[in-house]
Amino acid sequence: MKLGYYPGCSLHATAKEFDLSTRAVCEALGLELVEIEDWNCRGATAAHALSDELAVGLAGRNLALAAQQGLEALLAPCAACFGRLKYAAKALAAGAEALPHGLDSQAAARVKVHNILDVLLNVAGVERLKERASKPISGLRPAAYYGCLLVRPPDVAEFDDPENPTSMEQILSAVGAEPVEWHHKVECCGASLAVTNTPSVVRLVAEILAHAKSAGANCVAVACPLCQTNLDTRQAAAGRRVEERLELPILYISELVGLALGIDPVNLGLARHIVDAMPLTRTAFIQPREGATAGG
Amino acid sequence: MRRVGVFVCWCGSNIAKTVDVEKVTAEAAKLPGVVYATDYRYMCSEPGQKMIWEAIAEHNLDAVVVASCSPTLHESTFQRCIADAGLNPYVFQMANIREQCSWVHSDRELATAKALDQTAMAVSVASKGKPLSRAQVPLTKRALVIGGGIAGIQAALDIADAGYPVALVERQPSIGGRMAQFDKTFPTMDCSACILTPKMVDAAKHPNITLLTWSEVENVSGYVGNFEVTIRKRARSVDMRKCTGCGVCEEKCPSKVPSEFDAGLGTRKAIFRPFPQAVPNVPVIDRDNCRWFKTGKCGVCAKVCPAEAVDYDQGDELLKEEFGAIVVATGCDLYDPARMTEYGGGRFADVITGEQFERLVNVGGPTEGHIVRPSNHEEPKTVVFIQCVGSRDDTKGFPYCSKVCCMYTAKHATLVKEKIPDAEVYVFYVDIRAAGKNYEEFVRRAQEELGVKYLRGRVSRIYPEGDKLRVKGADSLAGVAVEVDADLVVLATALRARDDVAEVARMLSIQTDQYGFFTEAHPKLRPVENIFAGIYLAGACVYPRDIPDTVAAASGAAAKTCVLFSRDSILSEPMIAEINPDRCSGCLTCKEICPFDAIEAEVMVDRMTREERTVAKINEAVCQGCGGCVAACRSAALNLRGFADEQVLAGMEALCRE
Repeated sequence: MKLGYYPGCSLHATAKEFDLSTRAVCEALGLELVEIEDWNCRGATAAHALSDELAVGLAGRNLALAAQQGLEALLAPCAACFGRLKYAAKALAAGAEALPHGLDSQAAARVKVHNILDVLLNVAGVERLKERASKPISGLRPAAYYGCLLVRPPDVAEFDDPENPTSMEQILSAVGAEPVEWHHKVECCGASLAVTNTPSVVRLVAEILAHAKSAGANCVAVACPLCQTNLDTRQAAAGRRVEERLELPILYISELVGLALGIDPVNLGLARHIVDAMPLTRTAFIQPREGATAGG
Repeated sequence: MRRVGVFVCWCGSNIAKTVDVEKVTAEAAKLPGVVYATDYRYMCSEPGQKMIWEAIAEHNLDAVVVASCSPTLHESTFQRCIADAGLNPYVFQMANIREQCSWVHSDRELATAKALDQTAMAVSVASKGKPLSRAQVPLTKRALVIGGGIAGIQAALDIADAGYPVALVERQPSIGGRMAQFDKTFPTMDCSACILTPKMVDAAKHPNITLLTWSEVENVSGYVGNFEVTIRKRARSVDMRKCTGCGVCEEKCPSKVPSEFDAGLGTRKAIFRPFPQAVPNVPVIDRDNCRWFKTGKCGVCAKVCPAEAVDYDQGDELLKEEFGAIVVATGCDLYDPARMTEYGGGRFADVITGEQFERLVNVGGPTEGHIVRPSNHEEPKTVVFIQCVGSRDDTKGFPYCSKVCCMYTAKHATLVKEKIPDAEVYVFYVDIRAAGKNYEEFVRRAQEELGVKYLRGRVSRIYPEGDKLRVKGADSLAGVAVEVDADLVVLATALRARDDVAEVARMLSIQTDQYGFFTEAHPKLRPVENIFAGIYLAGACVYPRDIPDTVAAASGAAAKTCVLFSRDSILSEPMIAEINPDRCSGCLTCKEICPFDAIEAEVMVDRMTREERTVAKINEAVCQGCGGCVAACRSAALNLRGFADEQVLAGMEALCRE
């Protein structure tokens, strides 16, 4: 199956490992990702803070290009990109006139926008995940962290329960991990305040990670580059705040699924994190399942 | 050609603000057939009606058009007025230039033109009108009350006390409804059971009341004064004449299921009475959960029953009965907190609903009135109440205010303070709505004398933190985020229409609003009647209501029923379908679509061919004049009196006239 791919700026830069692991996992699951030619920034926070038309226009252009390039569905791994692309699709379907001349609004509105969880759970499906998982990762006890944008606002995201989502846990369970039961799945990580108001971010990150730790997690699963950055880069400061050695690697869901699919951790980008994730790939966490051969 | 008089109403400023009433009057005076036209500030008032009355005499009018509000509101007012003046009340038309014009438009010029069109149409329709007469129809002076909560009980008692027989139908094994679940009632804190159970007994003992519990109304046909109702008396599996209510069967029954009456906090048996003071004091077997009915083995209840009352072979009974009036008192359901996943959505044992708290604090409840945490049965020391769960929330619940929650939360908080004086009690509220006799004082007492901490703001999240529940909310008056570590959280869930309201509405041919509550004939002036004559509304099936409001509405519905029954006959509806048998092809499509079963087949001898053929026949006593058959008749053999094809066409012509 062919899926359009919208990496956005993060996946080409700070979230390179999200890009690497998403591509590797999709390939292993038999999903062909086609990066949209000539894609542009969908406006980040700046555009919709300034002008709705600009925000819809910037995001909508990518949808229109996808349609032109014969792509009916689109994967946007970044949670913020996912939300804005979906918002643009809805606005265009409702008749917003924001696209540059020559682009077809209605064709753009028909492009289906998926986040990574949606693709893994509903496009690939639990059965295929179970079938292709060759390495048991039952030693991994991730706390599934969704952050704010993946499931909200509910009438834009139209995905999972906005207050108690469970799709990440379903994916993790399907590939053999043991996600923990916890209650900070959709708390705010501080988002773009990382630079302008670091103490707030540290406070929020500390609370989230301390709860993940006390719930028994040994890593955190995320699906948003901003969440990953905040939880990873502010973890040391957060640990000092709660006077605890947190040591929770912050992994993209695609990295965790990739491990289970037997893909080489380095090729997934696991070596690129600030809180060292490589120890998780040791035998204590990942052991060859009986009778299965390691892939990747 | 009739001599038509036109009377245009200002409705204060309701119409006159948007419609140039004087211009409409002047133009109407020029319409064909109009011999007199005038306007007045309030045409429905005494001086207004006098104007009509006098004009009829002075100008020898034989048809009247009033351009004012909706016929629903004042058609009968004006019909009585012209009848007093000696005219037939059916050579009358109303042009609704308020609801259908001035209220929905803002452009004065266009609205005035439209009002004139509407008036011209009404004039044309009226000039083709024919006098109609109403027949006297006998009525059955017996009332059906649907629903045995406090509303149904009160309505049944009032009607029965006036001397008319009543059948009180209740779906549950016992009457009593929601009020039977409650411990205390606000603001007087008198015991709910002490004021309800005597009424339940009165209802059971009243010679004029037939109690039909574990029963449901299955079908309703007919019309005011003459409803035909089918009631399904579900198999109780216990012989009501033999059972003494000793309760041994319940004690010995091996099948335990969660008790609906205890809102899932306690259990009941498969053979059960919902509560010990049930009326009638006879259990039923819940066949879905009974071992005998599921596996064919057990039979313990039959073996232990000293009266040999258990009867597994009992079947449902269908009763067909006639009633003159129906009081609908079907009550309401509660918002399901499973939707509030931020409050655990039912995953946390110590987050309960107000209904569950009622059972917890009730001496007759599963904990004998001890307030405990469902998780570990320990006494809570910190209790948080959250109001507006599902109310005033158009994203996850309903936009409306459920009206009773502020008061019952204050009551619950008071009860916690009375039973656990050292408990910390918090109430998160949006606004406090305590409009009622002694209501505000009651809330104030909880706040000021008992020290319940009221925080204005919503709660965003609840999650377990150790042994406690961390409640994260906002105090919007102080402008700060608040965290409370609670032992018990109680959600004041919204009151909502019953799940099966659409079926009930269809069965009774009555309307509901956008939320599924039944609609009153007029929200202010006819609050206990439905627009469908002979059907009255009581209690929380109309809107969330507390006990005093419910009882008042029930007595109101009963009074309306008694007014109906005080007559010896009723006048039939004259605006009904009539058939021209010469044109009827006998296809009987009309019979198929008639919602009132008012059409039957009749064999007649054709005047021309002298041969027998089948034609449709209208039962004039049953026809409600809905006009469905008229539209369906392909040979135009049917016509609606007072709304005849030629009248409709005349109206259309007037509209198309330049």
